Amino acid sequence: GKKPASDDDDDEDDEEEDEAPRGRRGANRKKLAKKRGGNDDEDESEDEPPKRKRGGAANKKKGGKAQDSDEEDSDVGKGKKGKKGGGKKGKKEEEEEETKGKKGDGKGKGKGKGKDDDKDKKKKKKKGDSSSDSNSNSSEEEESMSEGEMARLMEEVEEKKKLIANIRNKPWRMQRRLKLLKEAQEFVDKFEGALGKGKGRKWYAYKVMMTKVLMGLPYGSIPRKTVPRAEQDTAQDYSVLMDFNVSLAQNELFSFSFSFFFFACYQASNLRPPAQTLPQACCTQPQGEHPLRGYCKYSVLFYGYYNDQRTVGVLKFRLPLSYLMVGIGTFGYSLMLVIRTMAKNADVGGGDGEDSDFTFAWKMFTSWDYLIGNAETADNKYASITTSFKESIVDEQENQKDENIHLRRFLRVLANFLITCSLGGSGYLIYFVVKRSQEFATRDDLSWYEKNEMEIVMSLLGLVCPPLFETIAELEDYHPRIALKWQLGRIFALFLGNLYTFLFALFDEVNTKLEEEQSIKNASIWAMKEYYANYSRLMNDSEATPPPMDPADVIRGPCWETAVGIEFVKLTVSDIQVSYLTILIGDFARAVIVRFLNYCWCWDLEAGFPSYGEFDISGNVLGLVFNQGMIWMGAFYAPGLVGINVLRLLSSMYYQCWAVMATNVPHERVFKASKSNNFYMGLLLLVLFLSLLPVVYTIMTLPPSFDCGPFSGKDKMFDIIMETIDLDLPAFMGTLFSYAANPGLIIPAVLLMVLAIYYLNSVSEAYQNSNMELKKKMKMARDEEKNRRNNADTTNQVMKDLEDLLPNRSLIPPAPPEPEKPPEQEPKPKPTKTKPGTAGKGVNLQKDVALASSNPNARGPVSRPPGPRGPGPGPGAGPGRGRGRGPPPR
Amino acid sequence: MGNKQTIFTDEQLDAYQENPFRNRIVESFSEDGMGNLSFNEFVDMFSVLSEMAPRELKAIYAFKIYDFNVDNYLCKEDLEKTLNKLTKEELTPEEVELVCEKTIEEADLDGDHKLSFADFENMISRAPDFLSTFHIRI
Repeated sequence: GKKPASDDDDDEDDEEEDEAPRGRRGANRKKLAKKRGGNDDEDESEDEPPKRKRGGAANKKKGGKAQDSDEEDSDVGKGKKGKKGGGKKGKKEEEEEETKGKKGDGKGKGKGKGKDDDKDKKKKKKKGDSSSDSNSNSSEEEESMSEGEMARLMEEVEEKKKLIANIRNKPWRMQRRLKLLKEAQEFVDKFEGALGKGKGRKWYAYKVMMTKVLMGLPYGSIPRKTVPRAEQDTAQDYSVLMDFNVSLAQNELFSFSFSFFFFACYQASNLRPPAQTLPQACCTQPQGEHPLRGYCKYSVLFYGYYNDQRTVGVLKFRLPLSYLMVGIGTFGYSLMLVIRTMAKNADVGGGDGEDSDFTFAWKMFTSWDYLIGNAETADNKYASITTSFKESIVDEQENQKDENIHLRRFLRVLANFLITCSLGGSGYLIYFVVKRSQEFATRDDLSWYEKNEMEIVMSLLGLVCPPLFETIAELEDYHPRIALKWQLGRIFALFLGNLYTFLFALFDEVNTKLEEEQSIKNASIWAMKEYYANYSRLMNDSEATPPPMDPADVIRGPCWETAVGIEFVKLTVSDIQVSYLTILIGDFARAVIVRFLNYCWCWDLEAGFPSYGEFDISGNVLGLVFNQGMIWMGAFYAPGLVGINVLRLLSSMYYQCWAVMATNVPHERVFKASKSNNFYMGLLLLVLFLSLLPVVYTIMTLPPSFDCGPFSGKDKMFDIIMETIDLDLPAFMGTLFSYAANPGLIIPAVLLMVLAIYYLNSVSEAYQNSNMELKKKMKMARDEEKNRRNNADTTNQVMKDLEDLLPNRSLIPPAPPEPEKPPEQEPKPKPTKTKPGTAGKGVNLQKDVALASSNPNARGPVSRPPGPRGPGPGPGAGPGRGRGRGPPPR
Repeated sequence: MGNKQTIFTDEQLDAYQENPFRNRIVESFSEDGMGNLSFNEFVDMFSVLSEMAPRELKAIYAFKIYDFNVDNYLCKEDLEKTLNKLTKEELTPEEVELVCEKTIEEADLDGDHKLSFADFENMISRAPDFLSTFHIRI
């Protein structure tokens, strides 16, 4: 109670200066007080003495009169505060608010004086209210309450509670909020305990008190959960990339950990004496020319590293089986992950078609991000908003223009022809190069270029073709969004074509290797037989068994699986190199040159020709997708590829992040390919499927190398599963599996699935239809609303609140001559404030009258007929009515 | 702002918000309409612009912010001002005209060539980005 007194002192000093605002606020307060609910009325009657006193004080203050009454007033305030102090135990929030208020007092000493004493007054009034409340309460308690009263009270308490809970959402000024909050809290405090029934009343009151004490918190002060922040629009573009990186890395890590598991198990097996020394045994030609063909070839990176020991260690870890299972399981897991993400996106992305309703309005009112606090970001945002507006304008204009359609068709056909040619050319080039590299593989005298020719060519194609496509696409003159989709589709086709050409060439190689292997296998079996023969001949003892010798130790086969793995790793590594170099040269060096040569150059480098590099989001995402596809394909034959890829993703994320921040400017066209990210996810799914095909094909059809890898010695890779079923599982399981694998069971299962798909499909179609219906209904409802709006009086609560929030406009004129008078004489300053609003109502009323005569013949005098009703261009037909019926009148 | 730095130079304060509507924001939150905020109004401002404030409340204040001439309607003049602030006046007058017309055409339900709060609310309640962009963190 110290603060109010000092405030009062200040008060008198400042009296003259800020009479005006305070007076007005006082009036506002009065108005608010009047607005309050019914219970206040009864309070007021009992409240009479303190109120009068207060009123007197206020009056005196307003008049700038005597000092003593003020002191008296403050004394009263103190006393009441003291009295109340005990009762206000649990009201942390209220106190908090008060301290806030005090802080505010301290801060706003200079300016907000009027505010201060206003609040002061409010507090006092509060106390008066509360004390009278308690009086009435105690008096009420003596007589038992009637049922109706109880119900009413209960209702009121509920209402107040609701108010407390929602107070933050009310569009009121803070002052009013605080006041109402306090009132409501006090009310609830007072009456809640009294609401028990009959005898249990006291008990109920006790219970309520206890819960409050136990919770330690008053109503409404329990902190709300923080809402997780939705992604910003600006960040969304990059988040596409990040999402990919992260989810893919997750995916990778999953399978990667399995590879590590392999590795650990293999190490364990190495420690045991009977294990073969496979690293040496696997391939005995260590003098390779390429590092990947040299030392790394025998490392854990590749298929050949793992041996065919059926069980490893004490736990009988089945290495070959788990190799196969992980290989297949990774695909399954990736599929699931992609599809789940797509489903989630579909959930979120939802209404793609709806945005046509409010394109410009949304751009106008929601495009600025209020979080932006950085000058450079703000500049970028300005630019992007401007371009997006320009795009929409172009969109709008494009809807209306039509020109020489034949020329355009011709150009489009020409462009597609050119692009098809370049796609075919790149495919052939790759095929040619791969063939050549197979020739080179048998020779030793190779230059560096000849060794790496294939990777270089592929990377160059990836580098050169997209810009080429973009240039050709200029011919087509599509709408930018469609053009972007075409562009992405073409790049996709290019990458895919390249990848598949590469694969087919690889299959050729594998087949030759298999033939070669066959002869080597024969040779080694021959050698082994000779060894045994020699052994028995040398020992002259046909009984003695010779020391065991693996056929693999004699002559080594080419191990095609490792060769395939090596190809993929080489491709990935060269891809990493190329992309890093591209960023370093294409972005960084360019940025450095543009920035520093700009000081001594004939034209403006920054704005002119070279400019800074743009960060091509869609291209980068596509690159990631293909990289992932390559990993999926290669991971079976080179498990270590997964680890390489994880490293690559992590490093490239930071590297690209740096490059984007330091050297790039935002893309000039900010078109996204689609609203949800499902476009890219769909591409990813397609790539996954396409990369799954060759791997599964090789697993199912090609025989594994006889002397290398976990499946050596088997006819087919999946034989390992049969073997496990036969040897490790109980017999009945084997029969069970044989039943399950029976075509008689599988065909009905497939049928069932097909039927389920059909059913779900038709259900989704039905939903789509009903969706369309609902949309139509919504549109109709909107039109109807439009009509009704024209007639209805718009005095709803929100409007009122809005008017209440308006700045006090009568303050805007420089010097109101008699600041005190208006509120004194006119307790409601509303009319002055709400002039525009009332004017609006007037307009509406007028409309009302006009529309009352709905006779179409009487349309003449109607100033503004509602949109859908009047088909003809009435006198008031503005551009608002042109929607859906061609271009608006200009 | 964090809590590391408590004293700001004028430049820092100036650079703190790049919002093109910053003047409008303080004006619409102040009771006198001149941008002088009392503490309560200041708190008010941040409570409305916080992440937790409900959409309707934000819509009301957004409407007030964009209502430059404080007449409770967004008329063409307001829209032009908004647009010029958003684009740093880089659009040609014709383009501005077109955009404003289209905006009114899209959102105006009652055909009076200006947007009342009901129109505005109807439009903004469907905007996907509104909640994520219309907030400030301190």
